Amino acid sequence: MTDLATPLGDEVLALRAGDQVTLSGTIYTARDEAHMRMIEEGIPFDPEGAAVYHCGPVIQDGRLVVAGPTTSARMNALTGFLIDAGVRALIGKGGMGPEVVEELRGRGVYLALTGGCAALAAARMSLSGVYFEDLGMAEAVWVIEADHLPLTVGIDAHGGDLFQAVRQKAKTQFHQRFNIR
Amino acid sequence: MMNPADPILPGALADATEKALAEAEIRLPADVLAAIERAAAAERDTVARRELENILENIALAGERRVPICQDTGVPVVYLTLPPDVPFTPDLFDAVREGVRRATASIPLRPNVVDPLTRENTGDNTGEGMPAIHVVPGDRFEVTVLPKGAGSENTSRIGMLLPSQAGEIPKFVAETMLIAGGKPCPPVFLGVGIGGTFDMAAALAKEALLLPVDTMDAYEQELCDAVNALGIGPMGLGGDTTALAVKVKRADCHTASLPVAVNVQCWACRRATVEVRR
Repeated sequence: MTDLATPLGDEVLALRAGDQVTLSGTIYTARDEAHMRMIEEGIPFDPEGAAVYHCGPVIQDGRLVVAGPTTSARMNALTGFLIDAGVRALIGKGGMGPEVVEELRGRGVYLALTGGCAALAAARMSLSGVYFEDLGMAEAVWVIEADHLPLTVGIDAHGGDLFQAVRQKAKTQFHQRFNIR
Repeated sequence: MMNPADPILPGALADATEKALAEAEIRLPADVLAAIERAAAAERDTVARRELENILENIALAGERRVPICQDTGVPVVYLTLPPDVPFTPDLFDAVREGVRRATASIPLRPNVVDPLTRENTGDNTGEGMPAIHVVPGDRFEVTVLPKGAGSENTSRIGMLLPSQAGEIPKFVAETMLIAGGKPCPPVFLGVGIGGTFDMAAALAKEALLLPVDTMDAYEQELCDAVNALGIGPMGLGGDTTALAVKVKRADCHTASLPVAVNVQCWACRRATVEVRR
């Protein structure tokens, strides 16, 4: 188990798909609309060594009620500029496309947080700021202090993609079991 | 016989609906929790075991903190059981909608209901035709809620198989999960509807998710084994447990038809039943 803290540096390059890590420090939420706004207007936070969390939290009276990961693949086509700007880790669920695997090569990692674990995530997070609040609760960029989030390296900086490996194996199993050539 | 105009009746139903939603969103049923605990104990894959441990810790924390288990609090599917002395009136539908509106503010729930084309959010989880309300006769006046998240609902599938393809049903079910992969937040529960008509098979598949998940018959076990052989595992990261249980509901059908529906449900199989106090 490796304990990571932001800002992240070259230590993420040594990780391998399937490794288990924890992450502490500042992270930034971003979903589809925040990505599009950042492409137009620039990144509102310092991207060097940053971690971006695919999440639309439920917030009530300035408190994080629940904050589980959303499906990362929706951001496949919107992610390259973040990696180019120095973002070292993407956090979400379900993995990302081959273009993101290439963008992360030699530069950063994709970390999977267990889907649906919104109470667990919120228990290890506190709110410390917000950008683009006009986008609404789910789409704004929330600044969060994370404390030992339990994560699995889904995509590493060497082109390793655990999701893709599992998908490939499942396809082979399916074809064998049902005699499909 | 209850008076249909009795204002106590809709009020009690709204209260029961709100209570059932709070129960379903915050705490998982005992049989669902036990299925996840069994899978965590049996899982051999290191990554998968930790995913299952995270899920169990999340369930415990949601209960302690009185917050929803998942931020996708879903859209409610509602089943009403009406005894003979409760008249079936439009008031009942209004009362359920009132309960959903109240639950959205009090729990709180994420407002998920939008116009299908303009995507404009109604803000309170009710809308045109929403929530879906199914009414059946019964001995007791009860409301059952099944809040359904989109991640798993979106990977559900219906097939109009040929009458000669009954033997292909395990393949159709496994193929549904092969296509779904990690998207529906496995390990999943699968509700399978076999027979009836196009619409009925889908309704049966959803009703199958209301069945207790601590037992499976031989056919359900066969379907479950076919899915688990894929090795998709929790969240698509690999492992022994892709499906926690498969439940089947059947109806007879046209001699020329074989409708089969698979309703995919993430590990958070949220459901609760509350008796309406009159």
